Amino acid sequence: MEEPGTVGAGARAVAPVALAVAAFGLTFGVLARDAGFGSVAMVVFSAATFAGSAQFAAASVLSVGGTVAAAIAAAVLLNTRYVPIGISVAPALSGPVWKRALRAQLIVDESWAVGHLGGGRYDPALILGAGLVLWLTWVTSTAVGAVAGDLLGDPERLGLDAAFPALFLALLVGQIDGPRGVQAAILGAAIALCLVSFVPVGVPIVAAAAACLVGLRR
Amino acid sequence: MSDVWLVILVVGACTVLFKALGPVALGGRDLPPGLRSVVALLAPTLLAALVVVSTFASGRSLVLDARAAGIAAAAVAIVLRAPLLVTVAAAAVAAALVRALA
Repeated sequence: MEEPGTVGAGARAVAPVALAVAAFGLTFGVLARDAGFGSVAMVVFSAATFAGSAQFAAASVLSVGGTVAAAIAAAVLLNTRYVPIGISVAPALSGPVWKRALRAQLIVDESWAVGHLGGGRYDPALILGAGLVLWLTWVTSTAVGAVAGDLLGDPERLGLDAAFPALFLALLVGQIDGPRGVQAAILGAAIALCLVSFVPVGVPIVAAAAACLVGLRR
Repeated sequence: MSDVWLVILVVGACTVLFKALGPVALGGRDLPPGLRSVVALLAPTLLAALVVVSTFASGRSLVLDARAAGIAAAAVAIVLRAPLLVTVAAAAVAAALVRALA
C-alpha cells in the first residue's frame, strides 16, 4: 500500500471478512447456549474476549462436560498468541499508555491480517477500522445466534465449521510475500499438527510460533 | 459465581492483558532488527497453524472429516482467484454436502 491507510479503508477492506465472521458468531451463539451460557453471558464474553477461536474452545470443553479449569486453560493458551501478535503491532501504536492498551484490544487475527503492510510493518488506522467493524459484527452475531439459534438448526449441517479454516486460509495466502513466508507457514503448520495429540488444546498454535525463528537465518 | 461467569471473567481478563502487553511495554518504538525479522513471519506462521488445527483437530485428536473437503474446496477457490466470500461459501457448501451424503 502506497499511502497510509485510513480507518475507513480498514473498515472497507474487512467487510467481506466480517460477513464470514458473522456466520462464525451465529455458530458460537448456538454452541455456547448448548454449553450452558445464558444470552447475556455469551454477549459479554464476545465483547470482552473478542477472540472467536478461544471462545469456541472454552464453550466446547464445557459442552462435553469438561471442567472449568480445562475450559479456561484451553482458551487462555489459545490466546497467548496475542502476546507475540501484540509485540508485532507495538511499533505502530504510539500515544498515551491507556490509548495503546485500548487500541490493542481491537487486534484480532483478521484485523491484524488486514493491517499488515508486509515485512512486519502494521498500519494502526487499518487495524482500528477493521477491528471496530469486526468487534461490532462479532458481538451482534453472537447475540443473534443466542436468541435465534433455533432457526439456524445445526451449524455443522450447514458446513459452518468449515468456514472458519477457509477464512484463515484466504487470509494466510494474502500474508505470504516471499519464500521465507512459505517456509515459516509450512513449518508452523507441521509443528502444530505434530503436537495436537500430545499437548493441551491451544499449545500447538503457540508452539508453531517457533517457526518464525527461520527469520533469523541469513 | 457460576462456572460460566468464572470462565468469562478469567479468559476475558487474560486476553485483555495479552493483547495490551506488547503495545503498552513497547508502543511506538522500533523493535530490534533480530526481533523484527522474526515477527515479520508471525502472520503466515500463526495463520497456517490455525488453518491446519481448525481443519484436522478435534480436541486432542487428529481427524479427517467433512472439514477437509471444505478446505480443499476453499483451496480450489483461492487458486481460481475467487473473492473471499465465495471461498468461504465454497468451503461450507462442500462440507455440508459431504455430511449430507455420508
